[in-house]
Amino acid sequence: MATAFSPAKLTVTLPLHGSHQENRLLLPIRLPPPSSSFLGSTRSLTIHSSRRLNYSNATRRSPVVGVQEVVKEKKASNTLLITKEEGLVLYEDMILGRSFEDMCAQMYYRGKMFGFVHLYNGQEAVSTGFIKLLTKSDSVVSTYRDHVHALSKGVSARAVMSELFGKVTGCCRGQGGSMHMFSKEHNMLGGFAFIGEGIPVATGAAFSSKYRREVLKKDCEDVTVAFFGDGTCNNGQFYECLNMAALWKLPIIFVVENNLWAIGMSHLRATSDPEIWKKGPAFGMPGVHVDGMDVLKVREVAKEAVNRARRGEGPTLVECETYRFRGHSLADPDELRDAAEKAKYAARDPITALKKYLIENKLANEADLKSIEKKIDELVEEAVEFADASPQPGRSQLLENVFADPKGFGIGPDGRYRCEDPKFTEGTAQV
Amino acid sequence: MSAIIHGAGAATALSTFNSVDSKKLVAPSRTNLPVRTQKYIVARSDASKKNIGSGLRVRHSQKLIANAVATKEAETSASTGHELLLFEALQEGLEEEMDRDPHVCVMGEDVGHYGGSYKVTKGLADKFGDLRVLDTPICENAFTGMGIGAAMTGLRPVIEGMNMGFLLLAFNQISNNCGMLHYTSGGQFTIPVVIRGPGGVGRQLGAEHSQRLESYFQSIPGIQMVACSTPYNAKGLMKAAIRSENPVILFEHVLLYNLKEKIPDEEYICNLEEAEMVRPGEHITILTYSRMRYHVMQAAKTLVNKGYDPEVIDIRSLKPFDLYTIGNSVKKTHRVLIVEECMRTGGIGASLTAAINENFHDYLDAPVMCLSSQDVPTPYAGTLEEWTVVQPAQIVTAVEQLCK
Repeated sequence: MATAFSPAKLTVTLPLHGSHQENRLLLPIRLPPPSSSFLGSTRSLTIHSSRRLNYSNATRRSPVVGVQEVVKEKKASNTLLITKEEGLVLYEDMILGRSFEDMCAQMYYRGKMFGFVHLYNGQEAVSTGFIKLLTKSDSVVSTYRDHVHALSKGVSARAVMSELFGKVTGCCRGQGGSMHMFSKEHNMLGGFAFIGEGIPVATGAAFSSKYRREVLKKDCEDVTVAFFGDGTCNNGQFYECLNMAALWKLPIIFVVENNLWAIGMSHLRATSDPEIWKKGPAFGMPGVHVDGMDVLKVREVAKEAVNRARRGEGPTLVECETYRFRGHSLADPDELRDAAEKAKYAARDPITALKKYLIENKLANEADLKSIEKKIDELVEEAVEFADASPQPGRSQLLENVFADPKGFGIGPDGRYRCEDPKFTEGTAQV
Repeated sequence: MSAIIHGAGAATALSTFNSVDSKKLVAPSRTNLPVRTQKYIVARSDASKKNIGSGLRVRHSQKLIANAVATKEAETSASTGHELLLFEALQEGLEEEMDRDPHVCVMGEDVGHYGGSYKVTKGLADKFGDLRVLDTPICENAFTGMGIGAAMTGLRPVIEGMNMGFLLLAFNQISNNCGMLHYTSGGQFTIPVVIRGPGGVGRQLGAEHSQRLESYFQSIPGIQMVACSTPYNAKGLMKAAIRSENPVILFEHVLLYNLKEKIPDEEYICNLEEAEMVRPGEHITILTYSRMRYHVMQAAKTLVNKGYDPEVIDIRSLKPFDLYTIGNSVKKTHRVLIVEECMRTGGIGASLTAAINENFHDYLDAPVMCLSSQDVPTPYAGTLEEWTVVQPAQIVTAVEQLCK
């Protein structure tokens, strides 16, 4: 593993795989000093899978070429990456994410929601780029920064806002909160507070999909997308799941939202080899690096990764270089990050980039986009009103849902199950 | 022991199962429990229960032949069972459930081709395939989480920890996800997993393989814990745990896997929340579970010869406690001794003592005494290991002391 930021050192590490393919990759990589910009994203990276596998995996080579090249080629030949409808869908989703999070901040400072609230401003391209390609039965697993993932997956803004306000009408009846957004209907499998905790759950959902196909013999092409950050990539659960997913070729996509900061810990200070995409080939799956501030690039990579999973070819690790415009949470003063770094990424705002693309390529005009923004503003306002008007959970809700089968509270001294005690439904029973 | 008696209370439990063939299952509802028809003779004290001052010294002039263990009914009873070892009973239960519901799957280390380190899953991989009986890599945290994710999306995994101690590595997933997700998702996702494995103090296995983890898991809200002790209840609890919609941790004991017993041929399940009456008595209630049941029964033989009449209850359900069975017993005998293998500090016995004191304080004639194993990491040396765990002689002394 390279410890010094010199290209020569880095080139030594990869040839362990011993193939020519990998050597093509060893372009001089300038790892900058910690405070300035990230690895230049203008390099083209080849996606490859490791050769050092057992025989059963030997035929697994990803056919995907470096993404930026694809984009550049397409642009050159004047074919657009998206249609007008798709473009407007993407734009609307990103505007929804941004407006919703801005409204969350307002509501938090007005005392409508409490606790830890982690906002997603700046990272919308990743969520929109991936989730808008999924069907309703595909699953998404996220971390505590999950509001926008839930919204992109289809959970209504009302349900998410009510959940944040802690009301009964929230998607988790007010019992989850900001960090635990769940929706069975939309297959949003949460919302986890500890980092890395959701990745095994996502692996399980992918396993379920494979099980359905191979054991229950049902038609099941569902994939799972697991979102997590750069800090998680130093956690054991991540590696354990990469191993299992690659071993059994589970239909899962591991998406790293590398925003360079884990609260106040810079990714470069915490990681021996900061290039996370490289860790994919170590386990036998393609590792891709993509510009996470550009929704179209993310979407292209996502298409290939999702199709790969649906075809049964196994998992993909996608590292999205992105940035969060706000602090880690609303309680974070965000004093550690360099203003120049923030300005650099603010200039690459994914929403402005998409807007520019749509207008330049005549896919939409200012009026269309303005009307979308207005519609979303109204939607978010309405969500707040709905959440405000919703009731708080009553006492009777305290003891519900602890168990799926409430007999799990046991048999009381009087011989009846505790859940049969009338006080139980009032929430005042001793359990 | 007749099957009918043990399967009590399952009617309500069964109502959640779609494909139950009610004719096959021998499990009446709790309200119409038939009277036990065991053959035993109990030492009867001529005085009533109010023997508070005079003590419960046994009257040798009376007929005092009692059997320490409730004898089985004569073999002329209708159901002919089949004899098997405890691990085979677990396997039978697991296999029956896997036949019944294709969503039930097993995951763990060496459960497939190796057949399980204690042979509980032997032969299952050949029958059901490598995906249904999944050999995982050595990553407890991740494969437990994987089981939880699979359970959320419709499967019913049985997760095996090769030794319960290894589940310490999975504690994050068990505590945060397994126990909590049903609640934090507002009831949207159920986690019908069964986490099972051998635990307890074995024969000189060393400290880390001889852990008693019931105490560690008992505070986690949202999970149920049961401990099996005989082939009969092992199979019954395994089946009930798999059918339950709640996450259940099934504690098995390393030294009990070779116990032999005859179990019924027909299908039965045991109620997850109920305790088991092992030996009815009059003088003192002894609450125990898992391996300590056998130490207690051995002590009971000595006690009966000395003229005492202990009531022995295998609590089976470690979380939640069956306070009804326990309460009825306390109300009858007024003295309680808890014998467990768990650690003293914060163990199952400690919680049980608190529960009994809170609920049945008025019925107690003596303080609740709790015999637990020592708060030490299990030593390797045989002699030291013996002294770590509660032995029958200590149980006899404790009973004598309580019944003075």
